[in-house]
Amino acid sequence: MAQSDSMAENQSGETLVVDEQLDSSLESVDAAEASVLKIAEETGFDEEALHKIGMAVRESMVNAVVHGNRYSGRKKVHLRVSTAADHLAVVVRDEGEGFEFENLPDPLSEENLLRQSGRGLLLMQAFVDRLDVRRHEAGGTEVRMVKYLSGG
Amino acid sequence: MSVKLTTRQVGDVTVIDAAGRITLGEGASTFRDTIRDLASKGNKKLLLNLGDVSYIDSSGIGELVSGFTTVTNHGGVLRLLGLNKRVKDLLQITKLYTVFEVFDDEAAAVRSFS
Repeated sequence: MAQSDSMAENQSGETLVVDEQLDSSLESVDAAEASVLKIAEETGFDEEALHKIGMAVRESMVNAVVHGNRYSGRKKVHLRVSTAADHLAVVVRDEGEGFEFENLPDPLSEENLLRQSGRGLLLMQAFVDRLDVRRHEAGGTEVRMVKYLSGG
Repeated sequence: MSVKLTTRQVGDVTVIDAAGRITLGEGASTFRDTIRDLASKGNKKLLLNLGDVSYIDSSGIGELVSGFTTVTNHGGVLRLLGLNKRVKDLLQITKLYTVFEVFDDEAAAVRSFS
């Protein structure tokens, strides 16, 4: 595996504070949101930023549980949270089949506005300062979100 | 807490007062069932008051859109009332401001149906 995070600082000055595997359930969505928000609050984010971080984590967890792992009892959602002096990084990875980012319908185009779903990534993008979505070597999709303390 | 919905009649407009969170799971399904029920019973003028809704996620937004489509398909109209800043921001981000008619004042919203 290319990524070899440890509890030590990595090149971005990040310290890994959470590294856990969660069940593919809606309870895990709530648990991940609560866990990240606690760390974000301790890191010094204000209420508005906390709301945005919470929403982004929620959306990424829902994607992982519902669309990635499809609620499978055999599949886990991997949550990693790292803190640094000026930012918070959250990585959510599922064990699903993955998807092609480019093939997703644009939720902002006229013909898709009335679709019921497909807005999760759009919201994540709006609420964090950096969003990277990639297919993980071990299978599944990995979403990495970074929020800066000085960000919007 | 998930969402709590209560309906009241103002003239011929059915006002749905929502409070809580409209998120994936119970919140979103309660919301969906209520809107479908009202639309299928022939309520044509629906005003959804989101004044006490603290949180909506993308699933909740999906339910708002789905409710809008359901009501429209039944020949009715669904409008929104009392959005807080966060919900307004969500509608901006998702461009749904172009779909929903949104009001801050209930009396003005009710009048808009006549």
